[in-house]
Amino acid sequence: MGSYFIRRLLALIPTLIIASIIVFSVVRLIPGDVLDLMLSENDYSATGHDTREQLERALGLDRPIYMQYLSWAGNALRGDLGNSLWRNTSVTSEIAERLPVTIQLGVLSLIVALTIAIPIGIYSAVRQETIGDHVGRTFSIIALAIPNFWLGTMVVILPAMWWGWSPPNDIVPFFKDPLENLKVLLLPSIVLGASLSAVVMRMTRTMMLEVLRQDYIRTAWAKGLPERTVVIRHAVKNAMIPVITLIGILIPILFGGTVIIEQIFRLPGLGELLLQSVSTRDYPIITGIFLITGVVVMLVNLLVDMCYGLLDPKVRYDG
Amino acid sequence: MLAEETHRHDHAEPETQQEVLLRVSGLKTQFRQDGRTVTAVDGVSFDVRRGETLAIVGESGSGKSVTAMSILRLIPSPPGEIVDGEVLFDGKDMLGLSDEEIRKMRGSEIAMIFQEPMTSMNPVLTIGRQLSEPIQVHRGGDRKSLLAKCVDLLRKVRIPDPENRVKAYPHQLSGGMRQRAMIAMGLGCDPRLIIADEPTTALDVTVQAQILELLKDLTRERGTSMILITHDLGVVARYADRINVMYAGRIVEQGSSGDIFKHPKHPYTLGLMSSIPRLDQPSGTRLTPITGQPPDLSNLPSGCPFHPRCRFAEDRCRAERPPLTQVSDQHWKACWIDVNKP
Repeated sequence: MGSYFIRRLLALIPTLIIASIIVFSVVRLIPGDVLDLMLSENDYSATGHDTREQLERALGLDRPIYMQYLSWAGNALRGDLGNSLWRNTSVTSEIAERLPVTIQLGVLSLIVALTIAIPIGIYSAVRQETIGDHVGRTFSIIALAIPNFWLGTMVVILPAMWWGWSPPNDIVPFFKDPLENLKVLLLPSIVLGASLSAVVMRMTRTMMLEVLRQDYIRTAWAKGLPERTVVIRHAVKNAMIPVITLIGILIPILFGGTVIIEQIFRLPGLGELLLQSVSTRDYPIITGIFLITGVVVMLVNLLVDMCYGLLDPKVRYDG
Repeated sequence: MLAEETHRHDHAEPETQQEVLLRVSGLKTQFRQDGRTVTAVDGVSFDVRRGETLAIVGESGSGKSVTAMSILRLIPSPPGEIVDGEVLFDGKDMLGLSDEEIRKMRGSEIAMIFQEPMTSMNPVLTIGRQLSEPIQVHRGGDRKSLLAKCVDLLRKVRIPDPENRVKAYPHQLSGGMRQRAMIAMGLGCDPRLIIADEPTTALDVTVQAQILELLKDLTRERGTSMILITHDLGVVARYADRINVMYAGRIVEQGSSGDIFKHPKHPYTLGLMSSIPRLDQPSGTRLTPITGQPPDLSNLPSGCPFHPRCRFAEDRCRAERPPLTQVSDQHWKACWIDVNKP
């Protein structure tokens, strides 16, 4: 298990290198470069450069792109992701400041999604073709059909129109005051979690139906076990294996969702920073965020793979 | 004896109840799907007496497994449904019990041993866990005593190194071992009736014999009754006291092992017999398979459902369905023809 884990970690390195090259160059290929933006906003006065060439040299953008990449990568290895082109602040610290918000939003959304999806999915399968099943499936179709940006917008706008209330966005760190923290993050998490729950629910239901038809479930009934035991002990554990895979696939989608939700709820997370940096072409920040989220997604997928071992005794990590 | 046999089909005489553990009469189980109704079991009646082994023999689709599943009401519903008949276990009406009452019978009074031990055991639970479940549910007990009981059971089914095997998962055991563990699972609560559904089909021939010997020993030791479901008449010869031959959801021949093997009366039974290889036949004798296909249950032929495959078939067979009639003391057949007539 230990050596498997280490080998998997090592395998992340080439993936990361390729991903960082793509990210680094693609960002610089977006039409409309940062120099034009700065010059048009007369912001160059702040940096004290008169010509485009001077500004370019000052920002280090005049060197060939591979040289830029190599020096960026060298610094990144030392934990320095460079400075923002506009604010001259350290990218690492900007990300560090915002990462907790996004991670918490992501984790909370996932918790919301799973607590809605898994029980409903199981219930729907066990009581197939009953009213409960139809209600559950209707819910999932609706959740699947409603885009989360629309739902989020409605959640923000409607209460504001009706009662003059809008969701708070002053984030208190979770460990300082969990209640205050949840007041801010729970609503966006529910909005984001609801859309994810639909997919997970349908998968859970399908897998449960599949598992419930298996011979070993018939054996469990024949042993005279109560329905609860048959469903929970014998069926759910087997049905969860593909659901875990799905959750792994959902993690990057979840990150995409946080970008939108943070924007709607005005939460100071990575997504918000990313959007803002893309519109100002702040290359180091964009690259930094992609790198960090890339690492997070890869680590989560590794974690998901490790979870198989807990569920399925046939999975061995020592091969 | 004669009285008992005649009344097996209209069960009027209460004194024979003493001996009879399970009485199935007029059992009819149907499956409905897409507006079609398939009668998988069509009016089957038989008794299982205390301590005896009854074999139910037939091709796949003959209704033998559905019969067994109906006894414990394990037919998935929908689409399946027991539409008619009566199942009395020790005088108790199984079809009239509540869901909770029937659940308490399953695994404790009547245990099932399934075929395909590969798929019939839960891949994610240890052998010990799966073995202890019925005991825990029906008899109770703490972890330690359950574990001891499991080790004991595994030893009883002659699994080597039982202390370690309780911790194993099904995929870590060989097919024969899994089947033994499956049997141990059935024995856990000392049931009075064991229903073994093709317990040896998936195994090597040598292992088959071991498993059947084991089942025979264990049932004899405890005086447990057994219903042995199989498509293999060869298996039945040594282990069954009495035999039901099923075809298209009905019993076509019923009798003691000796009767069926020495004097088969139904052409289908004859066909089954001549398709098993025998050592006492001169070498060079060819096996004769039964021609044709098993019937489509949703579209049975008129009259006797076996007539399209029967080499004795007459006009009457095509028109009228033969009832189960007595041939001799314990021997019944559902056929118009006297197969012994030259």
